[in-house]
Amino acid sequence: MRASDLLHPRPEGLYCPPGDFFIDPVRPVSRALITHGHSDHARSGHRSVLATQQTLDIMRLRYGEGFAGTTQAAALGEAIALNGVTVTFHPAGHVLGSAQIEVVHQGSCIVASGDYKRQRDATCEPFEPVKCDVFITEATFGLPVFRHPPDTEEIARLLKSTAQFPERAHLVGAYALGKAQRVMRLLRDAGYDRPIYIHGALAKLSDYYQSQGIELGTLEPATVESSGKEDFTGAIVVGPPSAFADRWARRFPDPISCFASGWMRIRQRAKQGGVELPLIVSDHADWDELTTTIRETGAGEIWVTHGREEALVRWCELEGIAARPLHLVGYEDEGD
Amino acid sequence: MNRFAELLDRLVLTPSRNGKLTLLSDYFRSVEDPDRGLALAAITGDLTIAAVKPAMLRALVMERMDPVLFGYSYDYVGDLAETVSLVWPQSPADIANHVPTLAEVVAKLQAASRSDGPKVLARLLDSASISARFAVIKLVTGGLRIGVSARLAKQALADLGKVDIAEIEELWHGLTPPYAELFAWLEGKAEKPKKTALALFRPVMLSNPIGDGDLEKLDPADYAAEWKWDGIRVQAVSEGGVRRLYSRTGDDVSGAFPDLAEAMDFSATLDGELLVGDPRQATGTFSDLQQRLNRKSVTPKIQQQYPAFMRCYDVLQIGDEDLRTRAFRERRGHLEAFVQTLDPSRFDLSPLVEFTDWQALEELRRKPLHPVIEGVMLKRWDSPYLTGRPKGPWFKWKRDPHTIDAVLMYAQRGHGKRSSFYSDYTFGVWSGPEGSEELVPVGKAYFGFTDEELRQIDKYVRDNTIERFGPVRSVRADRRQGLVLEVAFEGLNRSTRHKSGVAMRFPRISRLRWDKPAAEADRIETLQALLDS
Repeated sequence: MRASDLLHPRPEGLYCPPGDFFIDPVRPVSRALITHGHSDHARSGHRSVLATQQTLDIMRLRYGEGFAGTTQAAALGEAIALNGVTVTFHPAGHVLGSAQIEVVHQGSCIVASGDYKRQRDATCEPFEPVKCDVFITEATFGLPVFRHPPDTEEIARLLKSTAQFPERAHLVGAYALGKAQRVMRLLRDAGYDRPIYIHGALAKLSDYYQSQGIELGTLEPATVESSGKEDFTGAIVVGPPSAFADRWARRFPDPISCFASGWMRIRQRAKQGGVELPLIVSDHADWDELTTTIRETGAGEIWVTHGREEALVRWCELEGIAARPLHLVGYEDEGD
Repeated sequence: MNRFAELLDRLVLTPSRNGKLTLLSDYFRSVEDPDRGLALAAITGDLTIAAVKPAMLRALVMERMDPVLFGYSYDYVGDLAETVSLVWPQSPADIANHVPTLAEVVAKLQAASRSDGPKVLARLLDSASISARFAVIKLVTGGLRIGVSARLAKQALADLGKVDIAEIEELWHGLTPPYAELFAWLEGKAEKPKKTALALFRPVMLSNPIGDGDLEKLDPADYAAEWKWDGIRVQAVSEGGVRRLYSRTGDDVSGAFPDLAEAMDFSATLDGELLVGDPRQATGTFSDLQQRLNRKSVTPKIQQQYPAFMRCYDVLQIGDEDLRTRAFRERRGHLEAFVQTLDPSRFDLSPLVEFTDWQALEELRRKPLHPVIEGVMLKRWDSPYLTGRPKGPWFKWKRDPHTIDAVLMYAQRGHGKRSSFYSDYTFGVWSGPEGSEELVPVGKAYFGFTDEELRQIDKYVRDNTIERFGPVRSVRADRRQGLVLEVAFEGLNRSTRHKSGVAMRFPRISRLRWDKPAAEADRIETLQALLDS
């Protein structure tokens, strides 16, 4: 069977005709397989959803009880038959609960990786390369300029800055699912034991991470009611990046704006966003991770989705690997 | 090298002066000699390294990677130095156990000949981290562009040693990188370095603005009055054949004014205003003077068209005699006699202004006899020449600023304390024929308002946003609706860079005109008239 008969793009998302299911559909469908809980991949309103238990939990937290008609939890590594097609979820290392989906039918094997990264992350299961014929890769950071440094170095710079500017608050912009918890966990692993103040948008998800055994230490709401302005002196405050442009940020003393994102690799991006301390911490694979992973899967063909497809396709051509862009629409980089 | 790279990375994104000072003095405190001194020299522009052309840099990287992938990368990043620092291929074998120090990097670059320069650079890039590669490229392509002036770096040194910046400025030109003796003194480990070099800078005396009620407390008989000329305050020092022209912050600007330096065939230190024109005939405007500023080289044509001269205010030293402790009255006598002996096309005397009482001086200040005058100076007859800005002996009494009513067009978020406020405003005035007027931006201002007014404007911006571009918001501004700002400014220059053709000097918001309809704001012709006057 040709690979494109097993999976191909439709306006709703990536579709599998023999299995009659979609992967990460952007519109409501009858059966959806979901790689991870970021809102551009996990949407509400599908009739049935198959995802890891943690992804289902995250969707429930974000959308409420009725986010899907029926749900089924996929255990990592467990083969599930859907109309004669075998699907298996494998860890993707992106955020808590994130998975790649391996689709096998009549001897042909495709892995849809969703979003993934290779750097070690204490808040989720590490990525496992899966041998396949076709590997579908993201390309959020699919340019040779994106090289993420070790996240511990970035956190060390944040802590150095808090020592250099003890009279100011450090506001760390980090997306609510995954990045925020990873930053907090990195701070704890670096020995930071003061309370971390969080924006209200992070509370439910951070509680959930803690309930899954990921220690984040003492988190306090960054509200003026609980704390006077001077109490935030020297504090680290984590919140969604959008909040820092908002009036919300006025409660902090002379804040230093930090942003944890792979985009912070580019100085102009940091400058434009008014970021004083860019922290290059990403939940996506950088250029070297993308190319290493492509080699490790042993895939003879690469399909490239959302991001900078052309550079990665070019690299594959130079390496003699067949590659093409998939042109899926509707995926932004919420996770970074 | 990595610490220097980290410092550059932080400085370029830190907008506040205090933040920069903290970063710099922390660096100087924690890094050892000679690295810290070389970093200082790189920042002040005193480090000599043979420059590498961008084309060469590009050629080096093209040898190492696919040109198509480089093209995608460069298109995305937009800055060559940064792109190369990021895409430079590095094999694990290249990563040395030993990270080269800044001193080692500088030594290798300085020792490189023209022919082996590219190879030396490539080897350095091989062994460096991404940030360090960026710093190396910045060193060799010239100009760090990190928003730190030499003056700010000297202030950080002053903070480090808890000394007055004037002491550092005075020593500076006698010192050379890596400044080990300077750091030793600042850290209390050695005596202050001796001033042995010739023609050193002497820290200048500055004035305070006349405030409300100040004049009533002063006796006109105690003060001399003098025009305040709108050029660049300079100090001309000529000693033992060494001639230097310094800015008021102690930067050596001799290279930009070879015509004036050539005429400094004396042995003295003079304080005055740098202007262009021929002092015997006509004094050029500040716009004319700008033709001579910020140029890498001064062509003979420009020198002829805009000859530089110095209008002398004061004399600090003649021959071996330091006059700074003498009273202004005595120094003035020396100055008048001394200027007589100089080339009259290059030096003249700033005339004193006769007056009997403050009222009479006020009249003169309001109607100065020359457009290049921006007010009057008051100097106590008995004042010695002091360093810095002592309160009392010297006052500046400036001409009232110009004002214009402009319409708010764009607002940008501020930094630090203001990072959640839209606090930087671009404003425009009307242009075009009646019935189809358009706003044309004429300037940008980010101060002059109170905290309460800032809150009000911020709310207005948020409520009337029509478009967003990153941190910038476009605000509704048309004939029927818009916020009128009264903008005060010191002067106007012609500008080819701005669509409106004008650039304001020192613009600030002087009043919010909530009451004024946008359509009644000023027109561009009002500014153009000011330019031509």
